[in-house]
Amino acid sequence: MGIVTPGFSGRPRVEAPELPPGQYLTPDFPVLSAGPTPRVERDAWEFVITTETGAEHRWSWAQMMALPQETPTVDIHCVTRWSKLGTSWQGVSLDTLLDEVETAADYALAHSYGGYSTNLPLDDLRDGRAWLVHTYDGEELPAEHGGPARLLVPHLYFWKSAKWVRGIRLSLDDTPGFWETAGYHDYGDPWREQRYQGD
Amino acid sequence: MRWQPARLVARRAETPTAQTLVLDVPGWSAHLPGQHVDLRLTAPDGYQAARSYSLAAPADGDRIEVTVQRVPDGEVSPFLTDTYREGDPVEVRGPIGGWFVWRPQQTDPVLLVAGGSGVVPLMAMIRARRAAGSRVPFRLIYSVRTPADVFYAAELRDRVRADAGLDVAYVYTREAPEGWRGEPHRLGLADVNNHGWPPELDPLVYVCGPTGFVETVSDLLVGLGHPARRVRTERFGPTG
Ligand SMILES: Cc1cc2nc3c(=O)[nH]c(=O)nc-3n(C[C@H](O)[C@H](O)[C@H](O)COP(=O)(O)OP(=O)(O)OC[C@H]3O[C@@H](n4cnc5c(N)ncnc54)[C@H](O)[C@@H]3O)c2cc1C
Repeated sequence: MGIVTPGFSGRPRVEAPELPPGQYLTPDFPVLSAGPTPRVERDAWEFVITTETGAEHRWSWAQMMALPQETPTVDIHCVTRWSKLGTSWQGVSLDTLLDEVETAADYALAHSYGGYSTNLPLDDLRDGRAWLVHTYDGEELPAEHGGPARLLVPHLYFWKSAKWVRGIRLSLDDTPGFWETAGYHDYGDPWREQRYQGD
Repeated sequence: MRWQPARLVARRAETPTAQTLVLDVPGWSAHLPGQHVDLRLTAPDGYQAARSYSLAAPADGDRIEVTVQRVPDGEVSPFLTDTYREGDPVEVRGPIGGWFVWRPQQTDPVLLVAGGSGVVPLMAMIRARRAAGSRVPFRLIYSVRTPADVFYAAELRDRVRADAGLDVAYVYTREAPEGWRGEPHRLGLADVNNHGWPPELDPLVYVCGPTGFVETVSDLLVGLGHPARRVRTERFGPTG
């Protein structure tokens, strides 16, 4: 327990076992990003997975949409402490995309239109735990939430779910991304409160 | 990064709804303007709530300052502005954030655009510029509802006179002061155009405020030709 501040009682808390430590529920969908919102046309959009040997696998918008689609309903947790339960999305499982890719890499660096990047262990993108999503709550994903397409990796803090994602670079070494270089945790497990470096 | 014990040593009213809190944090490390701290409150039954607050000024030894705007119905901010007393403990963690920062060695012209309490980290930059004796040209465009909502009003007036190369322009959204030219309005293209730097000067731009404000302003800036990579934003939360 921390140091008690006299007079503070907090708000009657909602019992929610789905809520990781230090998080609170929000009904809205706050927007957090480091710069202006990039606008990317679907016609010009592409998604590229580059392996550690430099081999490239590309999908146009139409090719991505032609792949098997999934509709995950998941809880999301932002490092700024809001959580939102039962959000519904549509997109392509990373398993489907990675199926076509030959690799021995352990790490992935997702990078975005606009220059954002974030690192993840490649295993965290597998086994039905990550998606490339283009639809939120039945509607086209709005640009401020990362449209036309973003990553969705709900078991990690939401900054790992790169908005405006453009591709993934696979490699044998871990390279910290944008927020990780700015002091945030390399992995970002909400259940272990891995917010900042050293947590 | 660990939680450090801190204590309130002084408070100053900025506006009827905002207070600057001066905290003593023994062993505080240095920080850069633009960084924030997480502040944690613990109730007697162990319940905890933590929120982020921008550092408002360069550290003075172990003393740091934050400025908190009371959010109606908020859990933490009304406690900090109305109930939290001098001498009482709290926990602090930081400094946090290495992107939305200004370093006094930087020489590019700087445009600061603030909405409401979003002025806090930008004021930290203005104060750090002064402390470092930097002569880098700074412009602040500050959007507030009414003249009574201006944070740091007296100091900003003084700085504009004393700090060569610092300009401040206000935009009032609800009620303008006597003698102000123009009608109250939300910050728009003309304001950014008139009071900002043209993109040819390649300024570094820092935008901070409620989410909707930051979204609008950064779109305007990109529309005017500022490269997105030169525009840094900090979003304080829900639209206000
Ligand atoms: C990096 C960062 C820096 C920040 N710096 C500052 C600062 O310098 N000064 C400051 O006053 N605040 C700052 N904030 C916002 C602050 O962290 C809290 O969100 C704010 O004080 C509200 O907390 P609360 O517990 O009172 O309200 P909550 O109980 O969290 O929320 C109550 C209601 O208010 C809404 N709400 C929450 N936050 C805001 C907001 N910022 N504006 C409008 N409505 C809101 C919620 O949606 C909810 O409906 C910062 C936030 C971030 C992420």
